[in-house]
Amino acid sequence: MALYLDANATEPLRPEARAAVIRALDLVGNPSSVHGAGRAARRVLETARDQVAARFGASPAEVVFTSGGTEANAIAIAALSRGRRVLAGATEHPAVLAAAPGATLLPVLADGTLDLAALDAALAGGPAALVCLMAANNETGVLHPLAEAASLCRAHGALLHVDGVQAAGRVALAIGQADSLAISGHKLGGPKGAGALLLRPGIDLPALIAGGGQERGRRGGTEALPAIAGLGAAAEAADPAAAARLAPLRDAIEAGAEAAVAGAGAPRLPNTTSLVLPGVAAETQVIALDLAGVQVSAGSACSSGKVRASHVLAAMGLGAAAGSAIRVSLPWDAPPDTAERFLAAWSAMRARLSRKAMAGAT
Amino acid sequence: MTRPNRPIYLDNHATTPVDPRVLAAMRPWWEENFANPGSIEHAMGRAAEAAVEEARGHVAALIGAEATEILFTSGATEANNLAIKGAARFAKGQGTERLRIVTVVTEHKCVLESVKDLAAEGFEPVILPVGPDGLLDPDLLDRTLAAAPALLVSVMAVNNEIGVAQDLAGIGAVAKRHGALFHTDAAQAAGRVAIDVQAIRADLVSLSGHKVYGPKGIGALYVRRRPRVRLAPLFSGGGQERGLRSGTLPAPLIVGLGEACRIASLEGALDSGRIAGQRDRFLAALSAAVPGVAVNGTMDRRVAGNLSVSFPGGVTAQAIMAAAPDVCVSTGSACSSAEVETSYVLKALGLEEARARSTLRIGIGRFTSPADVDLAARALAGAWQRAMQSVESTESPDKLAAARNPRPASAAE
Repeated sequence: MALYLDANATEPLRPEARAAVIRALDLVGNPSSVHGAGRAARRVLETARDQVAARFGASPAEVVFTSGGTEANAIAIAALSRGRRVLAGATEHPAVLAAAPGATLLPVLADGTLDLAALDAALAGGPAALVCLMAANNETGVLHPLAEAASLCRAHGALLHVDGVQAAGRVALAIGQADSLAISGHKLGGPKGAGALLLRPGIDLPALIAGGGQERGRRGGTEALPAIAGLGAAAEAADPAAAARLAPLRDAIEAGAEAAVAGAGAPRLPNTTSLVLPGVAAETQVIALDLAGVQVSAGSACSSGKVRASHVLAAMGLGAAAGSAIRVSLPWDAPPDTAERFLAAWSAMRARLSRKAMAGAT
Repeated sequence: MTRPNRPIYLDNHATTPVDPRVLAAMRPWWEENFANPGSIEHAMGRAAEAAVEEARGHVAALIGAEATEILFTSGATEANNLAIKGAARFAKGQGTERLRIVTVVTEHKCVLESVKDLAAEGFEPVILPVGPDGLLDPDLLDRTLAAAPALLVSVMAVNNEIGVAQDLAGIGAVAKRHGALFHTDAAQAAGRVAIDVQAIRADLVSLSGHKVYGPKGIGALYVRRRPRVRLAPLFSGGGQERGLRSGTLPAPLIVGLGEACRIASLEGALDSGRIAGQRDRFLAALSAAVPGVAVNGTMDRRVAGNLSVSFPGGVTAQAIMAAAPDVCVSTGSACSSAEVETSYVLKALGLEEARARSTLRIGIGRFTSPADVDLAARALAGAWQRAMQSVESTESPDKLAAARNPRPASAAE
């Protein structure tokens, strides 16, 4: 039986979300239609909007549904960067870096957290800025000091966009002092195909995808009702307090793995560890574990298959070791014996690799 | 008249019910393998990727394309935006001198909005009229393109309000003769009329999942490979879909779209025959009960399930809808169906305001039964009679509609 430890690529669907998806699939109507079927669809849409707003501390009117986290990040950055220079954390997700190609990168400390002094200096040293920061890193789980960063942004008149894709549902996350917050349905146990951008009231968001005026003119296209219903149910079900139970499982993995852990000293997500095995290519580890039925990843899923050292670990100063890290990310429903099963496969892999190394040496 | 135990759904242009076979195909990808199709490092991810690629093949087969020519999007609106803005922006980046984007006044709003958005980027929108039958005259297009070269011609395959099917082969031939790219929004056409990208010489074709008995939240864009059509992405990210459309691929929705297209390839022609029979049956019953009812747009080139019918006697369509709560029909495009403005599509046919306001859009679909159309014709005829009485008793039909169908303005999106 496979052990799925690649939750940061995508989480298993929560039962509450599955039920909401299936219920919505049975509805015929288009939420924009005025007849009874359309109004029933509209109610499902607005319920989901309320659920997302409630979980992340936004006003329902300021929740814009998108096709996912990538689109949510892209439309936020396109809108908020008008007339502003962009500052982005060096360890941001490729989707954010690609959406802000001219961005100045903000360094992180060796533990992966944002260098606040560097942010302060960057904000002081130029005109009005948009700052893009992830709440939690997808490869290491490291949490940025968002409250402090938001205060600095405020002090310097900068806008702050938060990529909350990996943090949502795993640690407490709210739009708070930020101007916008992107979340993804399938990273919090909802279905793929829906995400949301939450906005501070008063932010003007021109539609990147023009259409029939849906989402208050901010995102055209018939709403992806089943996926959105699932996102709403998942947001309601994804209680960070419940995710905290994953931390001891993750800690047991780290204690038993006898490997370096990237970002070990920083505040982190409860479900993520980045194990570094110097001298062994991440691809080799991932393939060996896959053959043993343990599904992990060498980096973010988008860049999977491309053999490339992680820019996240490089930014943390790991140097050559950046190519030797695997990401183990526990899903919300990780079984209690996760650590034992992972460590069994991990130990077998290491034993085989050291036998090979010895055979090679003789 | 006895009421049906559920509303009769005759709004299959706004959205279609999910085919149970499509639902069955999707479920394992929510329930058994939820993996990210981008996670090809492990077995579950590779299985999801294989399912996505199989679906891509089914979508391609429906329109005579190759799998590598299909990009997945969140829906037809995004596909239309990507096709039009993407082609224009890429060409501009290459320094093209062709800045004219030609489309038609009856296009879906998202096409018109996309073309108008490009005006702010230095392009020149050219919006062509249609005849009283709703069709674009290929000769008019020919003269337009001969007068000044265009970068892109975008003409929808089947109109979402009046169901007329444009002469895509003729239009495509004209567009290609003048060296323009040819895009067609086939959201309403796919699975309902045969579309072959080679026969119509299309460079770009937009498709929607929820208009072909698939799920909402998924669509596709056909992008010709030979000769290669180049696009700029609408937004960037992880580089999925060859960099043209970033974002995790929603495997279950894609599998659903693929299954919907596979079914449409097999059964589309059969569906159309059956649906046309029910359309005729409905129209005969309605015409008998409501003398003077009139159909808008040509009947000669029309998708089988569509009727755009104007009612006589000075009643409004909204009054009829309010008096027939068991029938789900619409006054026009769902996107604008709560707006009080009259349909720009009907205006483009030259319909007078009063007639446009008395028009209902009927959309018969795969799951419409003969009993459904019988009941619906009777219900709508009865509703028309009651609305007529209201007109005669000097009660304003607008007030009647407002009283029976209260709706907050904020829902008018």
